[in-house]
Amino acid sequence: MRSFSLADFLSLLSALQWTAVLVLIALGLGAPLALLLALMRTSASRALRWTATAFLQLVQGVPLLGLLMFFYFGMPVFLGIEMPPLVAVGIAMTVYTASFLGEIWRGGIEAVKHEQWEAAACLGLSTWHQFRYVIAPQAFRMALPPTVGFLVQLIKGTSLASIVGFVELARAGQLVSAATFQPLLVYSIVAAIYFAACLPLTLWARSLEVRLNGAR
Amino acid sequence: MALVDIRNVTKSYGSTQVLKGVSLDIKEGEIVTIIGKSGSGKSTLLRCINALERIDGGEITVEGQPVRTDMPNLRDFRQRVGIVFQAFNLFPHMTVERNITLAPVLNKRIAKAEGRALALDVLERVGLADKIDAYPAQLSGGQQQRVAIARCLAMRPHLMLFDEVTSALDPELVGEVLKVMEDMARQGMTMVLVTHEMGFARNVASKIVFMHQGRVWEEGPPAELFANPRTPELQSFIASVR
Repeated sequence: MRSFSLADFLSLLSALQWTAVLVLIALGLGAPLALLLALMRTSASRALRWTATAFLQLVQGVPLLGLLMFFYFGMPVFLGIEMPPLVAVGIAMTVYTASFLGEIWRGGIEAVKHEQWEAAACLGLSTWHQFRYVIAPQAFRMALPPTVGFLVQLIKGTSLASIVGFVELARAGQLVSAATFQPLLVYSIVAAIYFAACLPLTLWARSLEVRLNGAR
Repeated sequence: MALVDIRNVTKSYGSTQVLKGVSLDIKEGEIVTIIGKSGSGKSTLLRCINALERIDGGEITVEGQPVRTDMPNLRDFRQRVGIVFQAFNLFPHMTVERNITLAPVLNKRIAKAEGRALALDVLERVGLADKIDAYPAQLSGGQQQRVAIARCLAMRPHLMLFDEVTSALDPELVGEVLKVMEDMARQGMTMVLVTHEMGFARNVASKIVFMHQGRVWEEGPPAELFANPRTPELQSFIASVR
């Protein structure tokens, strides 16, 4: 038994790196997938719309915890595929991010008036150029505040990775707590670190909302 | 040969037939004004000319080429046939210059400096060269509509369609837009307008087309048509807009 020291605090902070890694994986892989889903959901093809909708229903109906357990514990049992925790957690967070960001961005795309597509088409732009230059910038502006809001959810959501033994901030907290036997202190510090990481984003999201509502 | 040849075109929305066999010729340099009550099918007809609406029957040809929503060179076609809308439909996140040059830059790959010169040129024609760096929200409705016309002109279209372009404007702003259109008419642009501006129809148009219940009810030169309407429908329409 030892008591909580600066070294413990530093180990918590270094575990925060892995939280950041998870967030970056989730965003780096999940965001392109989210864009694809948003485009599929707003596409003219019924088959694409239905495929995307089915995927979203499935993922959004399962808790993130369930996704984590499926990819880490379930895959070896059902499909015989064993994955290291980072891969399993990375896949689960990616799928989770894609489905929620995809829906946020779909909302943004649909909020742009139909006439904007029409005007762009009448100038002879290709469908991709219509989206890329006319629709996407306007959709992105509208979707930015909820996107940043989701980022906060994502950061806090990474704490669930601790249950499959992946050592990020929450799991590091468990370890330090077990070693020092000061759970109240340790978890308070863990919570404070999460708060400190999310606060700037929350403030940014709020200022974006005020700014974008103010303009036009 | 007519620039636009519309033969027996039909079009329905669900069970409502909006166009019931419309035929119309538009020659190069003509200013054709389509008038009629709302619901007579005039806007729909205009949108069909630009392949914004799919027609159910008949045929539309522009410069000899059949117009279809699935035509292979639809994008080239759209650059030759410009359309200006009632609600302007400028891109709010772009400057006036970018609104105008977006399509030429993407479609024709013109250089940046060339794009600015093009924007200035078309803006001068609508009297707004000083607004080249403004955003649409900083302009009045009349100015926005003139920018929309300039954006269309930048494509160097062979034919321009105007869909009630002054209907969303405050009365005091209508004149400046009509003046731009009169200038274009004088310069020989072929134009098809759907409008409620009877003064414009009377003074500028070379042909008036009166639509009623999805059909071309009467057509002819404005002086003749307004002085001697042959059908009671046109008589009562003229009386109602006077």
